[in-house]
Amino acid sequence: MNPVRKRRLFIVLAILAGVGAAVALALSALQQNINLFYTPSQIAAGEAPEGARIRAGGLVEKGSLQRDATSLAATFRVTDGVATVTVRYQGILPDLFREGQGIVALGRVDAGGMLQADEVLAKHDENYMPPEVSQALEKSGMLKHYENGKPGGAQ
Amino acid sequence: MNWTWFHKLGSPKWFYEISGRWLPWFAVAAVLLLGVGLVWGLAFAPPDYQQGNSFRIIYIHVPVAFLAQSCYVLLAVAGAIGLVWRMKLADIALQCAAPIGAWMTFVALVTGAIWGKPTWGTWWVWDARLTSMLILLFLYFGIIALGQAIANRDSAAKACAVLAIVGVVNIPIIKYSVEWWNSLHQPATFTLTEKPAMPMEMWLPMLVMVLGIYCFFAAVLLLRMRLEVLRREARSNWAKSEIKALLGAP
Repeated sequence: MNPVRKRRLFIVLAILAGVGAAVALALSALQQNINLFYTPSQIAAGEAPEGARIRAGGLVEKGSLQRDATSLAATFRVTDGVATVTVRYQGILPDLFREGQGIVALGRVDAGGMLQADEVLAKHDENYMPPEVSQALEKSGMLKHYENGKPGGAQ
Repeated sequence: MNWTWFHKLGSPKWFYEISGRWLPWFAVAAVLLLGVGLVWGLAFAPPDYQQGNSFRIIYIHVPVAFLAQSCYVLLAVAGAIGLVWRMKLADIALQCAAPIGAWMTFVALVTGAIWGKPTWGTWWVWDARLTSMLILLFLYFGIIALGQAIANRDSAAKACAVLAIVGVVNIPIIKYSVEWWNSLHQPATFTLTEKPAMPMEMWLPMLVMVLGIYCFFAAVLLLRMRLEVLRREARSNWAKSEIKALLGAP
């Protein structure tokens, strides 16, 4: 490669490295703000600002969902396996909402430590399978094993 | 390693001849693969155990989002080649690929929103993956606008190349956004490096769609580049005779 081209190539690489470093620094400074939600452990540890609108994300605890008989109100606990936070929501829950499903709830934490949500979003993981396969896995008790065997499978 | 093919790329005439030979193959492959993949994915692949049939939009969303990012990497590589080797063809490739990439990003965002409403419960959420993808769309818009705004071809090429190279920083951010931060968007299903997160009968139509969309991209890009080469070389003898032959003039 002739020297002129070599110099230009170095300039291009230097621009790329400089911009890359700047963006990396900015993103690491903003680390916490880019997270879409707080986990129940973070809320329990007091990392989430009090009184402000926050998002809490985690799994809907099995057996914790209570629907109001006369209205759309629902109460359930969200867990990350370490801590839990109770969520109260009034409105239509997304199709994928069920016990054991990952969700993100947007709302304020009240004095009693309960999250008064005004929006509930369902999260799903990257694993797809036909219904027969999931039924067969469930029957043999392997579904849990399958989900735990993958990083992010528990989300 | 033999670099003659690389230096030959500097000749628009050579590119015009060779691309004319490749174009029909890419076009035929794109039609076949996209046709097979769409029918297979949308009609014959099994439904998902949680989402039912609505997950089928993945067969459009993922290939298109894949291409949107690859296309930007291509812009950056073309930009670097243009800056370092001053190759005319690099700028042509950059200018011709940018609108295709912008459309792909747009389609990925729209199909994602359509998919998000029934499954997540929202059209849009400002999570890391969705936001970085929106930034990608604006980067494409920026490159297109910059290329159109500067009248001098050489300065426009240089400015676009620099913007393309700077913007490529966004690509790893898009890719790893779902791993670095808590996001609503799930991690990647379709990767070439790991075991796929779906069974074969769901994964194969996806593979066909991804290959098909790349062939589609190659065909459209070559088509656009050939036209642009003719336009820029319109004063040279070979281009004049080629245009005459294409128009069927006496």
